[in-house]
Amino acid sequence: MEMRITEHPIVQFNRGLKVKFTFDGRELEGYEGEPIAAALHAAGVKILGHSPRHHRPRGFYCAIGNCSSCLMVVNGEPNVRVCVEKLQEGMIVETQQGKGVIK
Amino acid sequence: MTQTEILVIGGGPAGLRAAAAAAELGAQVLLIEEMDWLGGQLVKQTHKFFGSKEQYASRRGIDIARVLAEELDNHDRVTVWTGAPVLGIYEDGVVTAQKDNRHVKIRPRRIIVATGAAEKVLPFPNNDLPGIYGAGAVQTLMNLHGVLPGRRVLMVGAGNIGLIVSYQLLQAGVEVAAVIEGAPRIGGYLVHASKIRRAGVPILTRYTIKEALGRDMVTGAVIQQLDDHWQPVPGTEQTLEVDVICLAVGLTPLADLLWQAGCEMRFIPELGGHVPCRNHLLETTRPGIYVAGDVSGVEEASAAMVEGRLAGLAAARSLGYGGPEAESCIENALEQLHGLRSGPAGDKIRSGLKKLLGEEGAVC
Ligand SMILES: Cc1cc2nc3c(=O)[nH]c(=O)nc-3n(C[C@H](O)[C@H](O)[C@H](O)COP(=O)(O)OP(=O)(O)OC[C@H]3O[C@@H](n4cnc5c(N)ncnc54)[C@H](O)[C@@H]3O)c2cc1C
Ligand code: FES
Repeated sequence: MEMRITEHPIVQFNRGLKVKFTFDGRELEGYEGEPIAAALHAAGVKILGHSPRHHRPRGFYCAIGNCSSCLMVVNGEPNVRVCVEKLQEGMIVETQQGKGVIK
Repeated sequence: MTQTEILVIGGGPAGLRAAAAAAELGAQVLLIEEMDWLGGQLVKQTHKFFGSKEQYASRRGIDIARVLAEELDNHDRVTVWTGAPVLGIYEDGVVTAQKDNRHVKIRPRRIIVATGAAEKVLPFPNNDLPGIYGAGAVQTLMNLHGVLPGRRVLMVGAGNIGLIVSYQLLQAGVEVAAVIEGAPRIGGYLVHASKIRRAGVPILTRYTIKEALGRDMVTGAVIQQLDDHWQPVPGTEQTLEVDVICLAVGLTPLADLLWQAGCEMRFIPELGGHVPCRNHLLETTRPGIYVAGDVSGVEEASAAMVEGRLAGLAAARSLGYGGPEAESCIENALEQLHGLRSGPAGDKIRSGLKKLLGEEGAVC
């Protein structure tokens, strides 16, 4: 199923340039400047990580940077809230293990 | 250290109106918004609003956001920072924020907190699975970023938000399996309910969610009927095949900054949870810190705009701006608020405010 809305009765979407990024090594496409989580969701990726103790799958919940349900490793930096972090060309997005390691 | 006379935290309808009003009386204002855009909740509202003409009724939320943001362009005394979350309010009155990846300090003479509200969650087994989203998150994904949340949705909550987001899902081409509501009656406006009923979506009152199904992500939901005492009725379970469960079970003030600043708070269920004690001019128990909008009690955009204006006027007047003109503007804003809250739709808010302020409107 196509997850991107192309026609909407009220809203017009002004999307940025198409860019490529990787998710756990897999090459995906999204639009520059949209939240990483939106690009992942549009590509069918719903599981963004696992909870540190019970290893429960985690997706986004609030989508405005308030709940920390969506922490991932972006360009090597852990604990990035991908629901508010903007997508850029060539980003390396990875599933985070545990609480993440600061390099 | 950045100096300003009035600092407004939050660029939703309350904060935007507060900044404009304070600048109108002559004060210098800095408005800080965490997101990259102004308008708060309004930017996701594609439907037409209720309310009176002064509050732009019958215009779409997205358009109201634009009008309010443009109003600020007329005031050269207002500086706006977007993409800058405010992090703390300290004992000595210094406020910290993140701006351009740096930690910055601000020293304001007055502060207006207009941070809005956060969504509540609901406890049930598997409520943490991917595919369970707040109604606001679904709106953000769909109306702001143009991405569908999924294929088939169970909406939990038939207040205005649950009803409106269900309608927006239908508009975007997503199937809504049902809207369930624990209370015996639909909480939102009936116009919204009729629109989604006409589209064939059942609204089941006295129903709750028993559990979410799925291992890695949502594949279904079990719903169950409730009796008069909100207890589940055995044998009434139904399984719905859905890939999204959307929670629209109410909002609660986003008051972290007020807690941290040491403002006295009280738990008032009618206002959405813990709310700041304040006087009739919206000044909290910490002198010089004002509140406006949903953070002072969850209500509507119309009330948020008027509260914003009131807080902006009161804060500017306390710095000596405005003279006799300020008095009449403040009286006018108080009258407008009174008008918005009269009538049956304002019952809940009135009873909450009475608990908070007492009959005389004094600080609790
Ligand atoms: C689905 C839905 C439908 C609605 N329909 C209607 C309607 O028909 N009519 C009506 O009158 N109302 C409606 N409302 C309610 C209305 O949107 C809100 O009451 C109103 O937006 C509250 O305004 P506010 O300024 O207090 O908060 P918000 O609009 O939430 O704005 C708060 C702002 O503060 C910012 N912020 C928060 N914390 C920080 C921080 N630490 N630093 C910097 N910035 C921060 C946020 O990013 C946000 O932009 C609806 C709401 C929803 C969700
Ligand atoms: S989903 Fe809540 S912080 Fe990202």
